Amino acid sequence: MKRLMKGNDAIVHGALLGGATHFFGYPITPASEVAHAAAYYFTKSGRHFLQAESEVSAINMLFGAGAAGARVMTASSSPGIALMSEGISYIAGSQVPCVIVNVQRAGPGLGNIWPEQGDYNMVVKGGGNGCYKCIVLAPNSAQEMADCSYKAFGLADKYRVPVFILSDAYIGQMMEAVSFPTRVKEAKRNDWAIYADGKSRKSWVKSILMNQNQQQEYNILLQNIYKEIEDNEQDSENYHTEDAEIVLSAFGICSRICLTVVRELRKEGIKIGLFRPKTLFPFPNRELNKAVDNAKKMIVVELNNGQMSADIQLGIKNRIPVINCNWYGGYVPTVNEVIEKIKKDI
Amino acid sequence: MIKHQKPEAFYDTFERKGPGQKTTHYCPGCGHGTVHKLIGEALSDFDIADKAVFLAPVGCGVFIYYYFNSASIQCAHGRAPATGTAIKRVHDDSIVISYQGDGDLGGIGASEIVHAANRGENLTVIFINNAIYGMTGGQMAPTTLLGQKTKTTPFGRDKDIDGMPLRISELLNTMEAPVFIERTTLGTPKGVMNTRKAIRKAIQNQKDKKGFSFVEILAPCPINWKMTPVDARKWLRENLEKFYEVKNFRDKDGEKQSGKYPWMENAELLELLDIVKEKDKQTTRKTIKNGEEKVKIAGFGGQGIMSVGVLLSNCAIKKGMESTWLPSYGPEMRGGTANASVVIAEEQIGTPVVDYPDTLITMTIPALNTFEKNVNPGGLIIVNSSLINRKVQRDDVNVYYVPATELANKVGLTATAAVIMLGIYAQIKGIIDTDILKLILPQSLSKAKYVEINLKAIDAAEEYYKNNPL
Repeated sequence: MKRLMKGNDAIVHGALLGGATHFFGYPITPASEVAHAAAYYFTKSGRHFLQAESEVSAINMLFGAGAAGARVMTASSSPGIALMSEGISYIAGSQVPCVIVNVQRAGPGLGNIWPEQGDYNMVVKGGGNGCYKCIVLAPNSAQEMADCSYKAFGLADKYRVPVFILSDAYIGQMMEAVSFPTRVKEAKRNDWAIYADGKSRKSWVKSILMNQNQQQEYNILLQNIYKEIEDNEQDSENYHTEDAEIVLSAFGICSRICLTVVRELRKEGIKIGLFRPKTLFPFPNRELNKAVDNAKKMIVVELNNGQMSADIQLGIKNRIPVINCNWYGGYVPTVNEVIEKIKKDI
Repeated sequence: MIKHQKPEAFYDTFERKGPGQKTTHYCPGCGHGTVHKLIGEALSDFDIADKAVFLAPVGCGVFIYYYFNSASIQCAHGRAPATGTAIKRVHDDSIVISYQGDGDLGGIGASEIVHAANRGENLTVIFINNAIYGMTGGQMAPTTLLGQKTKTTPFGRDKDIDGMPLRISELLNTMEAPVFIERTTLGTPKGVMNTRKAIRKAIQNQKDKKGFSFVEILAPCPINWKMTPVDARKWLRENLEKFYEVKNFRDKDGEKQSGKYPWMENAELLELLDIVKEKDKQTTRKTIKNGEEKVKIAGFGGQGIMSVGVLLSNCAIKKGMESTWLPSYGPEMRGGTANASVVIAEEQIGTPVVDYPDTLITMTIPALNTFEKNVNPGGLIIVNSSLINRKVQRDDVNVYYVPATELANKVGLTATAAVIMLGIYAQIKGIIDTDILKLILPQSLSKAKYVEINLKAIDAAEEYYKNNPL
């Protein structure tokens, strides 16, 4: 049964169904509703919710709970995620699974609470120190917020990596119809994790390897895992790309705007389509390349300075021109503004 | 004959510097080895090494997992109390030992230790205070004494530049939650014996689920103090022990509970989340003209703008349509401008932002002033004529004036004006109807006591529109 729900609430429902048992967080607009819902539902259901003293503490709580074999999550917004970067590096470096929600706001610095996508590089490329990656899911509806959190814990466990749900103020705050699965998932016992019993007595969860050769081997192992993720987990969506001469690309809230843009321009007879990455790492290069087979031009619409566009250009190896179409500072363009910009370019 | 042997909680050999090693990586005369031994003995004596989880700090103690035959996590600098907090919430019966130095705990991790102590986390924290940074090569610690020379205080620690040495035990002793706080010393054999007692007590407390237990141990660092091990112990006694009073600050009883609510099994969880297997009922309805209806509801915060938008969206979904609701507030929660974008459509909705509405429902003059020009030609503007004393200037849209606030006052609650506006909208456009409004309204309102009066408001809207059709 479908029900009207905010993306930020849907995330919490999806997470509990996905087997999450622990939530540690720190309030920040526009992600606070996630903590509100988690405080109620995690606590009431005998799971655990704790408001940490800071984002720094929250992420290190994820480290502890994840290392202890629990399905654990947090939610924050851009400056809060920046604060967590150290912890995320430790978690990735120690191969501990967890789920992190980023309901992006505008920056840099304190910025404002309106939607931006300026954290693409921070989240997709790393943010913390060292050569690590996180799986990054990019929902564009309340339904996908629920779907992403439902499946994120399984992905995190499978590859022993942090999984990001990269959302934005509009996708988080918007209400839409959502339906949920009726099966509750559960974490299995991991042979590497700490259960404070005799069987897991030898478990060391660590990112330190003092010997350069060992640390190099370990890094190579991590890179191999990322390669496997790239092979298996690419996800994307096409809209009218089959015969498109112009292919738009966007994620999150921009992809919703672009969907309307494509519909409007199709009415005018313009052969235009939309390629939407649903995973940002791994970047869906296979489908991207298929989507632009007949295209003469790509236009990447983002609420940032062209951060995903750089990956698009790499992905298609600059076979066709890629034009950036950017807005900043929490300003979300109208459909007409996007159309105007696109028409200037075609 | 007393036969001395390594406690079972220790590994036989220490692999830190290659296989087969019997010695630790610590420098001659260092205090860590002594403290490790005391902890290891306690774990073996209490038979809890299986349950022990060591939190390795950043500092010389980082290699703790090479010595203890127990699970361990190598934590980020200073964050061990946060990490330990979470482990306890996963495994309530675990014995978590946070082993931290003065930089880790007193400097970068000052926030984490304060808040873990204040929550009364059922943890054992062993705090090695040797008044210097060891691992990084002898820089100033938060606990470095005034005048003490280090690599970063080559002229001695200066109160005006570097501040005073930090007394952590005293700081934590200001809080209500901790059950055990003691400062001990490795400066004398008696001090070592007292340290042994304090460590055992701090571990026993955790086993007994009493709460936060903290042992600060004054320890020598001969290498970085640039002294022989013997001189270092002397300096410790004559200087550190003078500034940092060796004593028990607190030893009380306590009980740390692990959670108020019992674990819900899956069926109960689904019920809590209100997830039912019921299929969506198909209801009869008109199809939307052009496949999509974009509505902007605008006024002041506190007029029920947002709630009415949610109600509209809810009705649309119940009718089997797609719908989005997106709020837009001014900086103030009440009294500022507020508007809601609602899109209702036959198929997947693109942008949820309504820039050019098909219908504008306005509650105030500023709202009409802002959005009148944006309404699509042929669209509809519904005006609350009780609060808006001007006419709509556009002649290419349909306009309906309703004294909603007056009607609401007659019903008995001014705040129902927005619901009356929605009732009018339902009757004009017919995408949703007043029957579904009445059905959904009780589910949509958070306060049950307002249901009846809001239902009356819909009746009032029906009656008004019957007498004044568009």
